[in-house]
Amino acid sequence: MTLENQNYITAICSIRNNEIILDGKLVFKTETLDFSDFSKKAYQHLGISYPKFFKMDNLSKLAFLGAEMLLQNEQESDMALVFANRSSSLDTDVKYQKSIADTANYFPSPAVFVYTLPNICIGEISIRHQLKSENSFFIFDAFNPQLMANYADVLINTGKATKVLCGWTEIFNEEYNAFLYLVAAEGTLTHNKHSLETAYNE
Amino acid sequence: MEALKQELKGKIIEVLNLEDITVADINDDDALFGDGLGLDSIDALELIVMLDKDYGIKLTDPKDGKNIFKSIETMAAYIAANRTK
Repeated sequence: MTLENQNYITAICSIRNNEIILDGKLVFKTETLDFSDFSKKAYQHLGISYPKFFKMDNLSKLAFLGAEMLLQNEQESDMALVFANRSSSLDTDVKYQKSIADTANYFPSPAVFVYTLPNICIGEISIRHQLKSENSFFIFDAFNPQLMANYADVLINTGKATKVLCGWTEIFNEEYNAFLYLVAAEGTLTHNKHSLETAYNE
Repeated sequence: MEALKQELKGKIIEVLNLEDITVADINDDDALFGDGLGLDSIDALELIVMLDKDYGIKLTDPKDGKNIFKSIETMAAYIAANRTK
């Protein structure tokens, strides 16, 4: 195995515009405009049984649903997680700030506070799928296929992980866009900047 | 006391986002943590905030929570004896 080994994208899931699409096929669609409602309906439609889902913030719910789609039949435990977005945990940060803005009514919620970091969503996925692996969360202005591709390749080609779950999980003020994909050493769709750009824009 | 217990069950479901549980599912002596409702440490902190916000009770020693939050029965008894609002 060398640093130049070619890796492959083995599965892709996107969640945007009230739709969940897995490998090009529509899995779930609803007319709702509210993310909380959308995520709840998706959870029910997918037959997930994981009560902690309802305690998560919106960013974690978004990442969790994408991971559920890609990892439902996945047995690999040596799987790294590389995620990124634009707004970090701002969606929850703003909610938390509002809860402490009034000093006369100062009751900060511990359950909201614990989600005021973006990488908590990686933790939620790791707990759900029993992953004790490498993980990173980056903040970019926009989806950065070059860095994401390089990072996943390095993880696999240096033996740090057998597979890498990558994700762009952006959400702020009800605007959401998730693009998650699985990278492995074997497959048919070449893993590189161009193929990621193409898949992201489909 | 019965009204307080029912109120507590509703508040716990709402505050802790226990989506799949109804008031009728919670017995007065069910364990709230561990094998009962399965609440966790963050839930315990949230219950401490709820005591302060809704009943004017400030827990100065979090260790007290272990006995107070055993069940709806113990919570209601503690709140009834110590509430300031």
